[in-house]
Amino acid sequence: MAVTEASPDQNEGNIFRPTGAVTIVRAGSISREIDNLPSPLTIDLGGVERMDTVGAWLIHRAVRDRGARVVGASPQFAGLMEQVAEADHPAPIRPEDQGGVVAELGAWVIDAGRTLWGLLGFFGATLLGFAALIRRPKRFRFNAVIQRFDLVGVRALGIIGLMSFLIGIVIGQQGAVQLQQFGAEVYTINLIGRITVRELGPLMTAIMVAGRSGSAFAAQIGTMKITEEVDAMRTIGVSPIEALVIPRLIASVVMMPLLSFWSMLLSIIGGGLLCWVALDIPPLTYVQRISEVVPATDLWVGLIKAPVFGFIIALVGCFQGMLVSGNAEEVGLRTTAAVVQSIFLVIVLDAVFAVFFQSVGWI
Amino acid sequence: MPAVATLARNHAEEPIIRVRGLKNAFGDQVVHENLDLDVRRGEILGVVGGSGTGKSVLMRSIIGLQTPVEGEIEVLGENMIGRSEDEAKNIRRRWGILFQNGALFSTLTVAENVEVPIREYFPVIQGDLLDEIASYKISMSGLPAEAGNKYPSELSGGMRKRAGLARALALDPELLFLDEPTAGLDPIGAQGFDELILSLREKLDLTVFLITHDLDTLYAICDRVAVIADKKVVAVDTIDNLLKLDHPWIQEYFNGPRGRAAAAA
Repeated sequence: MAVTEASPDQNEGNIFRPTGAVTIVRAGSISREIDNLPSPLTIDLGGVERMDTVGAWLIHRAVRDRGARVVGASPQFAGLMEQVAEADHPAPIRPEDQGGVVAELGAWVIDAGRTLWGLLGFFGATLLGFAALIRRPKRFRFNAVIQRFDLVGVRALGIIGLMSFLIGIVIGQQGAVQLQQFGAEVYTINLIGRITVRELGPLMTAIMVAGRSGSAFAAQIGTMKITEEVDAMRTIGVSPIEALVIPRLIASVVMMPLLSFWSMLLSIIGGGLLCWVALDIPPLTYVQRISEVVPATDLWVGLIKAPVFGFIIALVGCFQGMLVSGNAEEVGLRTTAAVVQSIFLVIVLDAVFAVFFQSVGWI
Repeated sequence: MPAVATLARNHAEEPIIRVRGLKNAFGDQVVHENLDLDVRRGEILGVVGGSGTGKSVLMRSIIGLQTPVEGEIEVLGENMIGRSEDEAKNIRRRWGILFQNGALFSTLTVAENVEVPIREYFPVIQGDLLDEIASYKISMSGLPAEAGNKYPSELSGGMRKRAGLARALALDPELLFLDEPTAGLDPIGAQGFDELILSLREKLDLTVFLITHDLDTLYAICDRVAVIADKKVVAVDTIDNLLKLDHPWIQEYFNGPRGRAAAAA
């Protein structure tokens, strides 16, 4: 361990005399010792055996800020100090200040507006793509669409079925507990039937599809953007809208009502199981009651909403994927944005639909 | 201790990296078998080999990111295999690594990237002093001061490599690992980087372990070149001496049109 000493001297002021190693390992103590000595300061490097750039920087700092005098430096140490002195260009460390809450809010609003505008543009481009495809139907990518059917639809059956079944049980159980207080537990069937067919079936399916497929669309297309596959497609003359976006849109639009119907079915089965076990309503009676209390319009409401939700999910997913540029981090950000925005838009649209169907009398 | 300007260099003879009988394998695929390599203190050693010969795997084994199947690895006189995390940390402090694409932390600015190793190993260094150290490291790596508060994504490829180098130099290492430092740089940028490494070696007394494909870099800055072929290091020598060897890959590599062009430059 090196020893340092400081001694006052009549002619030279205070002398700082480090010995041994003046390196990053001792940077903390050396800088403290230098700071503690009053000016005028002389630094005697005669006893130093090792020095690195951090040590040299500490000495340089004392010379620069306090006009310290350095004596006894070997040519090597002097050279090292010269090099750090040459590199003395203060650099900004932290990112520039963004300008507070108001600026952030403003940036957010502008960003949201741009996204919405961009989404509208993308919607237009997709419609044009569809129009072009109708004029030349031979270019329709049948295989790609079928493959998407499998990925978006068939492979989601398990998880959506399980989720819906459990939700049916939960709604049935909550309804039964509350309605029993009025002796109206038979209305649990109305609750299960109507809420799942009209609302929860399509909504929960949409959320699951957004999480499963919307995110996958954004990630797949985003990765293809980064690896320049999309650019390669364009140069070969293949329209990315036609090859990437339209098959996903079709798959999502076709599969959403089918999955929603599946979800309604499983929720009703789940609720029926609960009614049978907890309320002693036999399955046959349950099915009969369901067919009586759930009007056909409820089914239409559910099945009309589903493809619209599917369209929104695929549109937002593909749009965010196409927006990816630059690095891999962006893929993650865009994927998250795709899921959040599509679920948000689905819920907004659901509210719009609720008002609409009420005003046309399908209550 | 990060000995940079050492007055007495008494162990100049012993290798700073010593690899013996190294075997690396992924499943059935053997990458290295019975590989030996010495890196001498103070030299710039270039490591070359065809694609897939395991240059990066060799570097990853030496720095402890890849556990070899068998063999011994000593770095700075310390055995590296089977060390506990704490012991390994003390050795890691003494080397710096520049990964192929810089491997900068994307959520931090360049200067904050440089500060990360210092904060990690020397928490007593804080405030102004820390910022000043980061600044001169950035400047020494040939970056303009304005690059300090930029994010890695805002930098060009060449600047990103320099920023990665600034972070690798943060703790004043004795040993520097560079993985294809000039790959993806334009010839002017690559030449600038070569000169930077040479001048830093002079200034900071570094030993450099350099993986490269760049023949110009090999001729310009390497003291010795290690050739990896047939799962081992087939030769380590100056380029002049390597040229005298009768190994097909070496002959093709250095005597191909590109090799001759680089030699003439």
